[in-house]
Formats: sequence, structure tokens, C-alpha cells
Amino acid sequence: MSAAAAPLLEAEGLTLRFGAIPALEEVALAIWPGEVVAIVGESGSGKTTLLRVLSGLMRPERGTVRYHGADGAVRDVHGMAESRRRLLHRTEWGFVHQNPRDGLRMGVSAGGNVGERLMAVGARHYGSIRAEAAAWLRRVEIDPARMDEAPTRFSGGMQQRLQIARTLVTRPRLVFMDEPTGGLDVSVQARLLDMLRGLVADLDLAVLIVTHDIAAARLLAHRMLVMRHGRVVEQGLTDRVLDDPQHPYTQLLVSSVLAA
Amino acid sequence: MRYAIRTEGLSKSFTLHLQGGVTLPVLHDVELAVAPGECVALAGPSGAGKSTLMRCLYGNYGAGAGRILLRHGGAEIDLAAADPRVMRAVRRDTLGYVSQFLRVIPRVATLDIVAEPLLARGVAPEAARDRATALLTRLNLPAKLHGLPPATFSGGEQQRVNLARGFAPRYPVLLLDEPTASLDAANRATVIGLIEEAKHAGAAVIGIFHDAEVRERVADRLFEVHPIPAAA
Repeated sequence: MSAAAAPLLEAEGLTLRFGAIPALEEVALAIWPGEVVAIVGESGSGKTTLLRVLSGLMRPERGTVRYHGADGAVRDVHGMAESRRRLLHRTEWGFVHQNPRDGLRMGVSAGGNVGERLMAVGARHYGSIRAEAAAWLRRVEIDPARMDEAPTRFSGGMQQRLQIARTLVTRPRLVFMDEPTGGLDVSVQARLLDMLRGLVADLDLAVLIVTHDIAAARLLAHRMLVMRHGRVVEQGLTDRVLDDPQHPYTQLLVSSVLAA
Repeated sequence: MRYAIRTEGLSKSFTLHLQGGVTLPVLHDVELAVAPGECVALAGPSGAGKSTLMRCLYGNYGAGAGRILLRHGGAEIDLAAADPRVMRAVRRDTLGYVSQFLRVIPRVATLDIVAEPLLARGVAPEAARDRATALLTRLNLPAKLHGLPPATFSGGEQQRVNLARGFAPRYPVLLLDEPTASLDAANRATVIGLIEEAKHAGAAVIGIFHDAEVRERVADRLFEVHPIPAAA
């Protein structure tokens, strides 16, 4: 059985308030290697805040997040030095933003966006960086003939696929995704989801994905957490949460979706 | 009796919070045991809870009370209390489920849909594709369709893709919900053959078969699911 012993990331008691508004209330979660976990809920439920706190981009008032590194060491994400956290974000972690402009460098060519991440982890040979970048563009269904173009000339769906290539090229162990299909047309979303599904399986990634798209979560995630008002109100196997929801809010969420 | 899957006091009800919290009891104290190599057909009137029982066994519905004991990788596991990650491993290695409808994944080719559960178990890609091709061919799905996503296929064709996917991994426990519902006589005969082969190979099979001919051919016995009288 492959229920690996140690989780990659483990959070306990995460609590954060914005003024009087509870953004996170005693949130606990863990994610294991090879697992795709979706965090669903409507706008304002705290799901994006949770992703930012888990990835160290935002600090909780209370609670801890521990990361089990590739080197075997367990580190407190909010206790580590900023330099180490930045290193993690460049190497063992990836972050896919809702808006590709937040994850790409818009003034740099498509190939450069992918190659830059490789150089940041020590790749130096120009020819092999360029070849690897071209291979990744192909993998996310972007014609490598366009690798010298700036992403400003790409459609929204292409920009998002480019951001994914840029994120995955360094083979992270854990990827955070914030509404990766958010601003895209439905047909473009389907293509992106299908591509993500293949990549996640091929690379054996652990993914924490925040989405309000229940159908996308069903397609991608093994496990699901439902958030409301900063709390996790229900969690479990994706198909069980969606087909046999227990909490009144989950029942409302599921019944509001067309054919999820 | 040596069993592959067994329930003890399995009960299930649904609480509908959006309908004023009304509770619908569906299963009460179900005691079902199925041995390796045995096929049990669930019987009972429509609405008695046959599909609900199947979904509880697969973990798609949570058990309200009781235990669901399964032999998995040499150990006995209570699915009613299993962690989601254990449930994933159980579904990959031990427990298969063929529902009435295929959940179509956009843009994924039929052959890949069928080969996927084999790849997840670590079968080599070529062997997985060979087995997928053989099953699809046996279920009379023309080779020219194997490379296409099944979204545009007919109901009967989609059901055959679903069956190929369900039979491909040779699960030790197989749940079949109306596996022949939209099939013609030739394909029904193929499914009967697949079920018989699975039994010979030692699989425990639990099925809902509305087709009396199929039921009589494959089922060793019936298990009656009783409707719960409506609460006053």
C-alpha cells in the first residue's frame, strides 16, 4: 500500500482575522506525495488566504505549517528565513497564479520564461536550456516556433499554459494553484484541465488547488476540503463529498452546480 | 465462510438540509458477505436501496453505521472507517465499480480511459494498451473509435468503454450496476463471459442485473434488499 508515512505539508490550528472578519479559523490539513487536494468554497470563504498562508506568502496569527523537505528535514514554513523560503519557491515548490501575469515575466520571451527557472536552479548550458524550454512548450501545447515571442502576444489560455510550463520545468514536489482556470473560456478550461490532469499523473505531483469550479475539482482532485467563513466544514474523498455531502453548506454548493 | 467483502450492520440514511432537514433512511442493518469466486445479485423493488448499497460498498456514499470489511493486500480493512488515502489504494488495487454511466473526461481517448487504471497499478504502458485494445475489441468497439474520446459515442458504446475499463484490472472485488442495461444480445453475451471469467479467476462479484437472463446465468444467489417503510 502506498499510503506514504509522512505528509509533505502539514498545517495545524491556522487562524487569521482581517479586522473583525475571520479569514481562517482553526484550519488543519495535510497533503501527501502524489495527492491532488482541492480547496473549494465561494468567494470570501478564505480559500485563497489559506493557500497564501500554507505557501508562506502570508503569516497566520496562530497555528503552524510544517514542510517535510526533500532532504528529510522538517521545517516550520513561517519560522524559516526568508531566503530559505524563496529557495523553496524556486525549487521544491511551484505556485500557479490565477492571473498568468502574476506568474510570468511579460517582458521576457516565452522560452525565456521557462529557461529562467532552470537557470535559477543552476542550469548553465544555453543549448540544453533552450531545448528543455522547447520540450516544455510542446508539452503544454504551445508551438515551440513561438518561443521567442513575448507572452503579451499569447491568448489567456496560452499564457496560463506557459505559466504552468514555467512552474513545472524544475520538477517541484508540491504545487500550489490558485484558480488556475479562473479567467478562461469554458472550452479553454477543459483543455487546460485535461492537460493538468495528465501532467499531475506523469510527474507524480502533490497539488493543492484552490477553485470555485466544482466540476474542475471533481476531474482533478483525489480529496476535497470545503471552506466557509474561514472554516473547513467538510472534507474527504472528492466523489464522496460531492455525491454524499453531509454539511448543509456543501449540500447547497453541490445542488447549485449544473451536472458536476 | 471465507469472504472477500462483508458488511456488518450497515445502515445508511440521507439528511436533506435544504429540505428542512428531513431524514430518509435507505439501508438498515444490511448483512452481506460475498466469497471469492462468487457472484451475488442484489434483488428488491426499485427504490429499495440496491444502488445505494453498491455506492456505500465503493465508498462513494459514506456508511451511516456498521462496518464494511474488505480483504485488501493481505489485511482486513473496514471501509466504513477508512481514510481517503487508504480508500484510493483500495480502489486502485482491490475494488472496482462499473456504474451505468461513463463519466467522460474531455479530450481523453477511449483507449487511454480503459488503460488508465492499469497504468495506475504500475502495468507497463504497452501491456496496458494491449489489454485495453483486446477488451474493447471483444466488446465490439471498432478499432477506429479507440483513439477518439467517447464524448460523442452512443449510450451503448459508452457503456462498453465503461465495462472495458472496469474489467481491465481484474479487481478481486467487482461491483456492477446494471452492466448490460443498454447493450444488444451479442454484447450481453460478451459481458456474461467476462463475468464468468472474473469469477473463475477468484473475483467476488456483486451486481444489480435487471436483465433476468443475465442474472440467471451469472448469479450464484440473490441477496434481497428490503425497502425501509416510510417513517410516520
